[in-house]
Amino acid sequence: MKFTLSWLKTYLDTDADLQTISETLTAIGLEVEEVIDPTEALKPFVIAKIEEAVQHPNADKLRVCTVNNGSEIIQVVCGAHNAKTGLIVAFAPDGCVIPTNGMKLKPTNIRGVDSNGMMCSERELGLGDDHDGIIELPSDAPVGKSFAEYAELNDPTIEIAITPNHQDALGIYGIARDLAAAGLGKLKKPDTSPVKGTFESPIKVNIDSKDACPVFAGRYIRGVKNGPSPDWMQKRLISLGMKPISALVDITNFLTHDYGRPLHVFDADNIKGDLTVRLSKSGETLVALDEKEHTFDNEACVISDDHGISSIGGIMGGENSGTYEDTTNVFLECAWFDPIRTAKTGRKLNIESDARYRFERGVDPATVTDGIELATRLIMDMCGGEPSDVYLAGEVPVISKTLTMRPERVNELGGVDIEKTEIISILERLGFDVVDSGATLSVTTPSWRCDIDREPDLVEEVLRIHGYDKIRVEPLPVFSRDIVTGLNPMQRRIRMAKRTAAGLGLREAVTWSFLSSDQARIFGELPASLILDNPVSAEMNAMRPNLLPNLITAAGRNIDRGFKNVAIFEAGNQFHSDKPDGQQFVLAGIRRGDNHDRHWKNNPEAIDVYDAKADAIAVLNAIGVNADNAQIVAEAPDWYHPGRSGVIRLGPKNIMAYFGEIHPSVLKKLDVKGPLVGFEIMLGNIPLPRSKSGNSRGPLRSSDFQAVERDLAFVVDKDLPAEQIFKIVGSADKKLIDQINVFDVYWGKGIDDDKKSIAVNFRMQPMDKTMTDEEIEALRQKVIDLVAKKAGGTLR
Amino acid sequence: MQDLQTLETEITANIGAANDLDSVEAIRIAELGKKGRVSLLMRELGKMTPDEKKEFGPKLNQLKNYLNDAIINRKEDLEAAELNQKLAEERVDITLSKAATELGSIHPISQVIDEATEIFTEMGFSVAEGPEIEEDFYNFSALNIPESHPARQMHDTFYFPEDEDGNRKVLRTHTSPVQIRTMMGGEPPYRIIAPGRTYRNDSDATHTPMFHQVEALVIDKNIHMGHLKWCIEEFCRKFFEVDNVKIRFRPSYFPFTEPSAEVDIGCTFKNGEVLIGEGDDWLEIMGCGMVNERVLENVNLDPSEYQGFAFGMGLDRISMLKWGIPDLRDFFAADLRWLKHYGFQSLDIPSLSTRTSTIKGSK
Repeated sequence: MKFTLSWLKTYLDTDADLQTISETLTAIGLEVEEVIDPTEALKPFVIAKIEEAVQHPNADKLRVCTVNNGSEIIQVVCGAHNAKTGLIVAFAPDGCVIPTNGMKLKPTNIRGVDSNGMMCSERELGLGDDHDGIIELPSDAPVGKSFAEYAELNDPTIEIAITPNHQDALGIYGIARDLAAAGLGKLKKPDTSPVKGTFESPIKVNIDSKDACPVFAGRYIRGVKNGPSPDWMQKRLISLGMKPISALVDITNFLTHDYGRPLHVFDADNIKGDLTVRLSKSGETLVALDEKEHTFDNEACVISDDHGISSIGGIMGGENSGTYEDTTNVFLECAWFDPIRTAKTGRKLNIESDARYRFERGVDPATVTDGIELATRLIMDMCGGEPSDVYLAGEVPVISKTLTMRPERVNELGGVDIEKTEIISILERLGFDVVDSGATLSVTTPSWRCDIDREPDLVEEVLRIHGYDKIRVEPLPVFSRDIVTGLNPMQRRIRMAKRTAAGLGLREAVTWSFLSSDQARIFGELPASLILDNPVSAEMNAMRPNLLPNLITAAGRNIDRGFKNVAIFEAGNQFHSDKPDGQQFVLAGIRRGDNHDRHWKNNPEAIDVYDAKADAIAVLNAIGVNADNAQIVAEAPDWYHPGRSGVIRLGPKNIMAYFGEIHPSVLKKLDVKGPLVGFEIMLGNIPLPRSKSGNSRGPLRSSDFQAVERDLAFVVDKDLPAEQIFKIVGSADKKLIDQINVFDVYWGKGIDDDKKSIAVNFRMQPMDKTMTDEEIEALRQKVIDLVAKKAGGTLR
Repeated sequence: MQDLQTLETEITANIGAANDLDSVEAIRIAELGKKGRVSLLMRELGKMTPDEKKEFGPKLNQLKNYLNDAIINRKEDLEAAELNQKLAEERVDITLSKAATELGSIHPISQVIDEATEIFTEMGFSVAEGPEIEEDFYNFSALNIPESHPARQMHDTFYFPEDEDGNRKVLRTHTSPVQIRTMMGGEPPYRIIAPGRTYRNDSDATHTPMFHQVEALVIDKNIHMGHLKWCIEEFCRKFFEVDNVKIRFRPSYFPFTEPSAEVDIGCTFKNGEVLIGEGDDWLEIMGCGMVNERVLENVNLDPSEYQGFAFGMGLDRISMLKWGIPDLRDFFAADLRWLKHYGFQSLDIPSLSTRTSTIKGSK
């Protein structure tokens, strides 16, 4: 809502200054968004008289003016064609700033003649578009006086945000009423006494749907003369950013904002027969004032005559129902439309209007009878004419409710102790009827507050007028029972996983949860239930089934910016269905390029699948997974390189992580240059440690006896996974062998084509005595025999 | 008997002139070895009279010890010189470095969630979660936002297609549905925060279709707006690390709270940056209020027994304010330069002891 201070003061008798009014508005819940006070900017501009204007000695188009600003005589060189002796002008002295262009005036010399200040055009002062010469003021304009004051430009504009419950403040009158209740002055009520009709309205109104429209007040006014509305009304509409059209149209727009009362004025001569308020029939159409054709279902509230639908109740009139310059007879509509139906119809038809905005929030039903009188007076004032009696169809609905209020609830809920007498006083100032029944209050809501229907609403009313700043600050009390605080084990795990990934040199990114459905499908099935009906754009229409694609395309953007080494990760949800259990929390990361830039000492190494594996294992270890117990198999999903990727799992169904080089064809589809490796850790799939295991880590078991190491190189089948050799070596003596390491893998010259050599170092750590040479040799032989037996390996 | 004094002088001069360890060793053998001159003299002691022995014995011993020390010292000096020489040759250019591996970092959103979690844990909260794809019931109806309510127009909701039952899932427009899930999933009292992703169909200079909120819910038997005020003041004081943070509560409206308030934080704008805790400007940071009785009824809590407050705050927004991040859209662009500039070190884990805060004293 936007309004000028002077407009507000037509309803509020107050001495409060602009700042107090602004602060009070915000304090009572009518949040001030902006105050534009032109007074400051226009302060230096004064009314002045050109005592004499003579031709500039050195320029044809310039005049040298002697200007009287009321206190001194100033010489001004002026280029305006209308600068002439005796003219009263708006004068800007040296030092002041022209509001529209920010130019600061200073003494100057124009073609050899000194000039001080300037005389302004309308455009320079932001008063209009006229730049054809300087402003010409009437000859009786008082020289020396502030121009802004004279021209009534010193009227500040206040813009406030209206919350959906404050339908009562959608008119300036309502705002004044609330300010008066807050103690900021006295409310001035407009004259809403009945205007006597001189004849019976020839147009009658039938209400078919009392639910949609319980009341309709109509009045016929004949012999009106439409034309421009008076200056004061035009100024007010312009201050709202509206364009004055004609008196009849302006009056409805004015009352909508002034009194929060939308009305409609029909050209009576275009109405055939009587009006009927009814529900629309499916398929009916209307071209409304927005010049669009709207098609109805069977739920809209419409007003029709014998021609058909002429207006959409509470939303917008039909194109042919309005008034024009030559309108001479009008029929005035002042009705009350059901908020819910108005909202639904407005949404379905996609019509935004000032009327809909108010009716769907709930217009004060009392303004049905008030509003028609206010409109009648304005029409008769501006357009003349002769009014009929009011034709009242239906009954004004009573929406006031009587609520029981326990005064102590203000303290119990609101946290501020207010005397009962003050509670009653505040409610009464707000227009509530209060009956004090001792322990409780019986509170009846005013007709303009349809939002209030429960005790906490009344508590809020009392609080907001008393002042939210008076609510005390009180520490939270102890719980009424024991309660667990902080992060749960899964949340702790997520934090640890993220911090570990960052410690590995990956930078955490947060990317969109959406992507294009084409990209989504590269990473698995995309059910229709995960495609948005109304995406921001086609590139963001699907919920991500996987974290990798957005990370990969992010890498692409960084590569384009010249960063060829990229290492990023993200932790977030990916979506497999629209059910809560279809949301899966994953930490995924990618690396691309080399491990570092070219360097004098260390050659950079290209990132490969083992980097991704190391990242995955490091994160798994950090969250307490013993990766030694996991299976690592080369069965990663399709988006990975089939020969350079793997799965880390506890069993065939319990997958903890994927890692590998991203499939080149996937990179091609995502238009990113590889190779690029990635990993995904399914944090939710990993079993949490048993909660009862306690904090004790158990005793450290270490041995004081000499450990022995042996190296063995085996020739095995080329595609035998090294992990099998590990397992076989380890199985030779699970107690003694505590460390196994592959220190060389070789194939090529000297080895058959289908074979490779794997060299293993293993350590034997006895716990109770030093091993003898015989024991060492026996175990070494056992390892050799087992590798031969289980993997067909021979000692190289 | 040779003049011991002369001998000492001669040998000492020889030791001093020896320039390497081998020469020193040669002298040792020549003088103190089995057939060395001094050793031979020692052997002659046996042939001497007791008086001679008494005179020469100590002197000879003294000479032997003296020479032994002189040789050891000379050896040590030479060794030291040799090491120094070697070290001098080993000198490197320490202005060079080994290849630096890029550091990783934590996104400001994770950091702000961790900070908020620490602060609220201190006040007795735990962390709750919920799905991002929500049912209309949890996102709207249970929160007292019926289909026809004008408040729905404040949410630019992302919708999924209708299912076979005619229901449409939505991307949650706020973290408030977690309130409903929390209250339906357990027994009161509740004291939770719920940080997470939220979505609105809005994309311009200051809005992104995805953003982050943190929800707070406190329900118990005697909670009032004074507790809400304390909780928010505590949070702001600790989060912004400003002792006297100015906070303004204004009446506002949300369907799920009554009474409702919006909270502004005092600030000033200086050279394009926002300074929290000083100045006369206000910045809105959250919406809050006492949980609406209807919401409590929707989750089968008796409003005559339980009551409490809730608030929701934009995490992206408070990160921007705290760390001076100018543009929201950059949060989600994964630009390495931005991640590096605004990211946090992996070990920079917010905690009670790493925050600047003052405990109010009695004076």
